[in-house]
Amino acid sequence: MYWNQRYECLNEEELRELQLERLQTTVKRAFFNVPFYRKAFQAIDLEPGDIKDLSDLQKLPFTVKDDLRDNYPFGMFAVPMSEIVRIHSSSGTTGKPTVVGYTRNDIDVWSELMARALVCGGATRRDIIQNAYGYGLFTGGLGVHYGAERLGASVIPISGGNTKRQIMIMKDYGSTVLTCTPSYALHIAEVMAEMGITPYELKLRHGIFGAEPWTENMRQEIEKRLGISAVDIYGLSEVIGPGVGIECQAKDGLHVFGDHFLVEVIDPVTEEPVPPGQLGELVITSLTKEALPVIRYRTRDITSIITEPCSCGRAYVRLARFTGRTDDMLIIRGVNVFPSQVESVLLEMGGTEPHYLLIVTREGSLDSLEVKVEVSESLFSDKVRRLEELEKRLHHELESTLGISVKVTLVEPKSIQRSEGKAVRVIDRRKL
Amino acid sequence: MKIKQISVFLENKSGRLAAVTRLLAEKVINIRALSIADTTDFGILRLIVDKPDEAYRFLKEAGFTVSVTEVLGVEMPDRPGGLDSGLSVMAQEDINIEYLYAFIGRSGNGAIVIFRVEELDKALQVMKSRGINVLNADKIYNL
Ligand SMILES: [Zn+2]
Repeated sequence: MYWNQRYECLNEEELRELQLERLQTTVKRAFFNVPFYRKAFQAIDLEPGDIKDLSDLQKLPFTVKDDLRDNYPFGMFAVPMSEIVRIHSSSGTTGKPTVVGYTRNDIDVWSELMARALVCGGATRRDIIQNAYGYGLFTGGLGVHYGAERLGASVIPISGGNTKRQIMIMKDYGSTVLTCTPSYALHIAEVMAEMGITPYELKLRHGIFGAEPWTENMRQEIEKRLGISAVDIYGLSEVIGPGVGIECQAKDGLHVFGDHFLVEVIDPVTEEPVPPGQLGELVITSLTKEALPVIRYRTRDITSIITEPCSCGRAYVRLARFTGRTDDMLIIRGVNVFPSQVESVLLEMGGTEPHYLLIVTREGSLDSLEVKVEVSESLFSDKVRRLEELEKRLHHELESTLGISVKVTLVEPKSIQRSEGKAVRVIDRRKL
Repeated sequence: MKIKQISVFLENKSGRLAAVTRLLAEKVINIRALSIADTTDFGILRLIVDKPDEAYRFLKEAGFTVSVTEVLGVEMPDRPGGLDSGLSVMAQEDINIEYLYAFIGRSGNGAIVIFRVEELDKALQVMKSRGINVLNADKIYNL
């Protein structure tokens, strides 16, 4: 099921042609209308005419969140304010918020992308979509709302909060699709259970959850407790909001709408692209944004590119499930290590809600990594041999996943510190 | 005939075993037998107690990693070679013993050996057919 089969299933050649043409337009728009981009291009002697091929993307300078902050509030806009019909903004919990603007055409494109995303996630025009993303400056609520209206579904603009009322409405109105953050979906499930309501009393069949990273485990939990099929949706306000990428029912990576965005995954330190399948930082270039074109925007989100075609037939590359932020990355003996890699190994080995701690120490000039793993009931055995095998397998899997040598220590549950409910994942004892 | 054994994961550092025994004492649960298997990093504490279901719950609530496994308790003649005869029977029948530990009961005149085997039912049959005194669970819990 597609919303726009023509553009969702372009053949590779058509897609690349379209991408190049749109990239060239975007680069020109940025260069001629945004002083920040012009300066950045001129600093490396680059002119819009130098972009002759898609591979020339790598010649373009990166844009980071601070660039948006430095040009607060409207300095990155490429159109006069008279063309801006909507302004959204990030929460700004760390420093100044980032402000994003949309032209009428941007809103139109965003609605189209969200309609595609909703269909990709299982919704149809006959669905009743309960939109529990926050409405307001945050892009989640209105993004889904416009997409749902474009699709022709019935949207309930309930926004977040007041969970008991959410559940009452879900039951009484017969909502069939729920959109919110995955943690809020779990919260709804918990309150539902407290109220003694089972999924069988609801008509809910699909959930489209995003705006925060979540795990395969959480998906299974949500699907079971709400009786639905749940997919992950990705987006960020700096790029457009939700609708940059979404999982299809194959649930094997997020499709990026490649006719509107170019994605790269780079090594966050060397800034060089990494091969498909390898973890790195996601970098996005917008191809059709008018008000706020972004060029090689560094998202700080960790993922990898999947190039194999998907069973659903969509043309675009996919992104693997997001596994954290570059801020959490460690460099140990020159190798980039993401704590989430440890988590994925543990999940694969059958650990549920793994608790682990990476401890990095330095002796002389040599760094070493110890991974402490809490032995949960699912990993435990009363046989020494089994636990030693577990330790050995963990050791092997971690070394081959991380690419460096690791000391594995099995520890008792709750022996790894939690701060304010959140687990501490890394202790870096190297004093550099 | 099958006895519930409680196994607890322990790190190899001082005070961990005491934490378990203290908790059980507080909850008035009596330990009938105890064995520790340890490596350099961790240990597995195996317990036979009078109220295994309660012990499991309390330990779990206290945050320990616990499991319940079924084992066999066998009374061996308290004389030289007593254990050996039992073991030979198991070997002859090709029953793989994961581990065992023994203790001297208060009543009766034999040593009690706890066997952990994969094929519990087969082991049970073999022992019975060879006239080995397999103790029933209640007897062990209430020694
Ligand atoms: Zn697909």
